[in-house]
Amino acid sequence: MSQDLSGDAHTGHPTAGQYFRIAVILCVITAVEVGIFYLEFLGHWMIPILFVLSTGKFALVAMYYMHLKFDHKLFTYMFVAGFVLAAFVIGFLLILFGVYT
Amino acid sequence: MAQEHAAQIHGEHEDTTTGLNHRKMLMWAFLGSDCMFFGALIATYLVYQGKSLAGPMPVDVFDIPVTSVSTFVLLMSSMSMVLAYAALTKNNLKGFRIWMISTAIMGATFVGFQVYEFSSFAHHHVDINCSSPGELTDYEQHIFDEGCSNGEAHAESHEGLKPQTNLFGTTFYTLTGFHGAHVTLGIVWLLSLLLLSFKKGMITPEKNLDVDLAALYWHFVDVVWIVIFTVVYLFGVFPGF
Repeated sequence: MSQDLSGDAHTGHPTAGQYFRIAVILCVITAVEVGIFYLEFLGHWMIPILFVLSTGKFALVAMYYMHLKFDHKLFTYMFVAGFVLAAFVIGFLLILFGVYT
Repeated sequence: MAQEHAAQIHGEHEDTTTGLNHRKMLMWAFLGSDCMFFGALIATYLVYQGKSLAGPMPVDVFDIPVTSVSTFVLLMSSMSMVLAYAALTKNNLKGFRIWMISTAIMGATFVGFQVYEFSSFAHHHVDINCSSPGELTDYEQHIFDEGCSNGEAHAESHEGLKPQTNLFGTTFYTLTGFHGAHVTLGIVWLLSLLLLSFKKGMITPEKNLDVDLAALYWHFVDVVWIVIFTVVYLFGVFPGF
């Protein structure tokens, strides 16, 4: 695995083949999401499952396509800070307006 | 030597106080702030979800298979973008141009899907046979109750979903419209870089930061769509959410 994702020695980035494999994984996750959406027996379990799957897609794109896994950690902190703040804004607004209480 | 080159590509070891390229740092700061921008729009959508007094509602208009295809196209455009960047770093300018065109076309396809979707939502109409209505949503039931109570054979509504129709329309068009505007801006950016690549010395394996920044922006609109697709579309039609 470490060899697989160690990337191109020339640029430090993944190779074209690895980018393609990540794209396949992203498509498979999207297909699973849509499939799960039609499984009515899952009921409310659908929400955490879809949440985890979309988080996985988000992380894959950010880490490998946006190169956060290979770049300086400061870039990750800057992006994650904005993302975490956005998540808090969403969470607190939902609580404030009593949407999911 | 290879590490030094990789560091240059990553925008590191610049002659700055942090040792990082300021333009790249600014781009990440912008993306972080754009996260908050979309976070505010998503929060507004969720706060007003289910609060519309009149239809149509998400369950009446959303077409999940169509949106899944447009999501697939945007994901593929992200792959195409990284392949363009990878081709450039390998000094394959022809490959870079092909992948850039491919990315721009897929981006335009995504925007085309969005235009189609907005148009079909705005012209959404309901036609219910009063003698055999079948399974109805709350909005359709309302039309059925109003239209079929006078002994009519059909109950119709050509209301459609526009930004001014209800809270769902306002928040949905604002959120997805801003995302579509981001994608459109990204397409213009990609095409500008493509044109610049024909000017000698403007885009080279060593001078690739412009492409790197455009790629970061493009992937960002992709990750924002990943969230919108799940929260707005998939959760939106789920009755318990």
